[in-house]
Amino acid sequence: MKRINLKSHRNLIFVAAAIVVYAFIAYGMNSNLLPRATQTLAIKACYNVILALSLSLIVGFLGELSLGHAGFFALGAYSGCIFSINSNLPIELRFVLAALIGGTVAAIGGFLISSSILRLQGDYLAIVTLAFGEIIRSFIKIIPVTGGTAGLGGIPSLGSKLKTFTFSYVFVILTILVIRNIVASSHGRAITSIRDNAIAAESIGINIKLYKIKVFTVGAFFAGIAGVILGHYINFIEPANFNYNVSIEILVMVVLGGMGNLLGSIIAAVVITFLPEILRGFDQYRLLIYALALIFMMLASNSPRIINFRVKAREKAAGLYKKLFTRKEE
Amino acid sequence: MTQVELLEVNNIGISFGGLRAVDNVSLTIKNGQLYGLIGPNGSGKTTLFNMITGVYKPTSGTFYFNGENLTGKSPVEINKKGIARTFQNIRLFKNMSVIDNVKVGLHNKHKYTMFESILRLPRFFHEEQKMEEEALELLGVFDLDKEKDSLACNLPYGKQRKLEIARALATGPKLLLLDEPAAGMNPNETEELMETIRFIRDNFNMTILLIEHDMKLVSGICEEISVLNFGTLLASGKTSEVLNNPEVIAAYLGE
Repeated sequence: MKRINLKSHRNLIFVAAAIVVYAFIAYGMNSNLLPRATQTLAIKACYNVILALSLSLIVGFLGELSLGHAGFFALGAYSGCIFSINSNLPIELRFVLAALIGGTVAAIGGFLISSSILRLQGDYLAIVTLAFGEIIRSFIKIIPVTGGTAGLGGIPSLGSKLKTFTFSYVFVILTILVIRNIVASSHGRAITSIRDNAIAAESIGINIKLYKIKVFTVGAFFAGIAGVILGHYINFIEPANFNYNVSIEILVMVVLGGMGNLLGSIIAAVVITFLPEILRGFDQYRLLIYALALIFMMLASNSPRIINFRVKAREKAAGLYKKLFTRKEE
Repeated sequence: MTQVELLEVNNIGISFGGLRAVDNVSLTIKNGQLYGLIGPNGSGKTTLFNMITGVYKPTSGTFYFNGENLTGKSPVEINKKGIARTFQNIRLFKNMSVIDNVKVGLHNKHKYTMFESILRLPRFFHEEQKMEEEALELLGVFDLDKEKDSLACNLPYGKQRKLEIARALATGPKLLLLDEPAAGMNPNETEELMETIRFIRDNFNMTILLIEHDMKLVSGICEEISVLNFGTLLASGKTSEVLNNPEVIAAYLGE
């Protein structure tokens, strides 16, 4: 019997899925077969996935509830877009540089904020991050270079929707790769160990403070990139784009996807992007549905019966997989 | 066996507000020793452990490990110097697999940067390979290698205790602190645990300090013991002598 390497198979599936999804949407956009609203939402889904993944690292893996993710999102959006407006480089290069600048500025913000909240945990940390998010937004309102409450206009566009989508999609793939590679490494294990039991993690030499800073910095970096994508896609940003409801919405994606589950976060981010469109008739009940979904997820992820069911289902799937992909050696 | 002092605790004490939890305790543990710490509930045994591992900062006194003053250092620094511990109420990384629990313990031994892991550079694969091998070897010692992929929270109680010891050993300590390793075990499991502890001492060249209420285990494997009572040292010395000390009998063992 020859065993197939499951891990390399998973990589292949990922690459194949990434190409298929891209081909499908690109074709739909090019031929205008996809409805206009869906085309717009596809781009929105890109930055939502990046936001969800970056927050997933903080909430799902490190286990700290951060309610200020919109703050990092805003830092990246404003710094990247201000660069983009004032630059004369070719638009593609400008966009990539803006993404890097936005990410870096947001990462610096993440570094500073996380360094100042090292002693806090749980609810206290959640409240302080919420406050930091609002402080960032208030600052943007008062400093002149951001356009204040009137907003920042004239952000250049990449051109066609397809082009915007393509560039955003590349950043989505990069985000997935980077975050997955962090999670599936010794560093990821250290981060997860802090979530599971901080005291035990310290007792075996895991530097909790250092990892808190690292995780917040990386998370903020990607939130910043998401901000730059948002700016170049709607061409106009204002502080209201980054209020705390946005933080909550990102959190909903992470929780709905299952804490500490990257694929789940991606799916949840896409679903939540498209949900308002699908449920357009029930617009008033959107928040109600979110709340119900969250309560359901909480019950589902803690109920022993459902957990048992999941474990069994997974075992069955693994058995089936082995049967299908294991060949007898001649 | 070289009889060098590995851990030297001098007049250590700690107060929580008005409560003097541990007062003026001194003890010396030599290299390769199996040392027991006993005493009634609330006598300060675990508090003493917490001071030696840096969870609490002593308010008076000092302790030296390997000739180095580690008083008031952080748990991370103390672990890196070579002290590892287990906990009275098991503290595993419950939602991680058994092998990952041990691999976290190897985190500081096989290092690569986050950057190297993001780009999956050769060092990453090299160090991961070493980690996998060493973790499997450790799990094999504790007979846990068959369960390596199950979640730590799904292990039976006795195996969880073993996994906690394996995780502590993964950090490559010189001194291992075991906080009530036999708690909740039946006589057979305790018997097995005694074997395991001896095995660790002999095969890993370990010095072990353990807290235990099970007198059979203590008198069976500890060469020297100390008795704490109300935060102060009641007696210490050879196990058989201390256990026959009338004061110890009155305070802890009962007539």
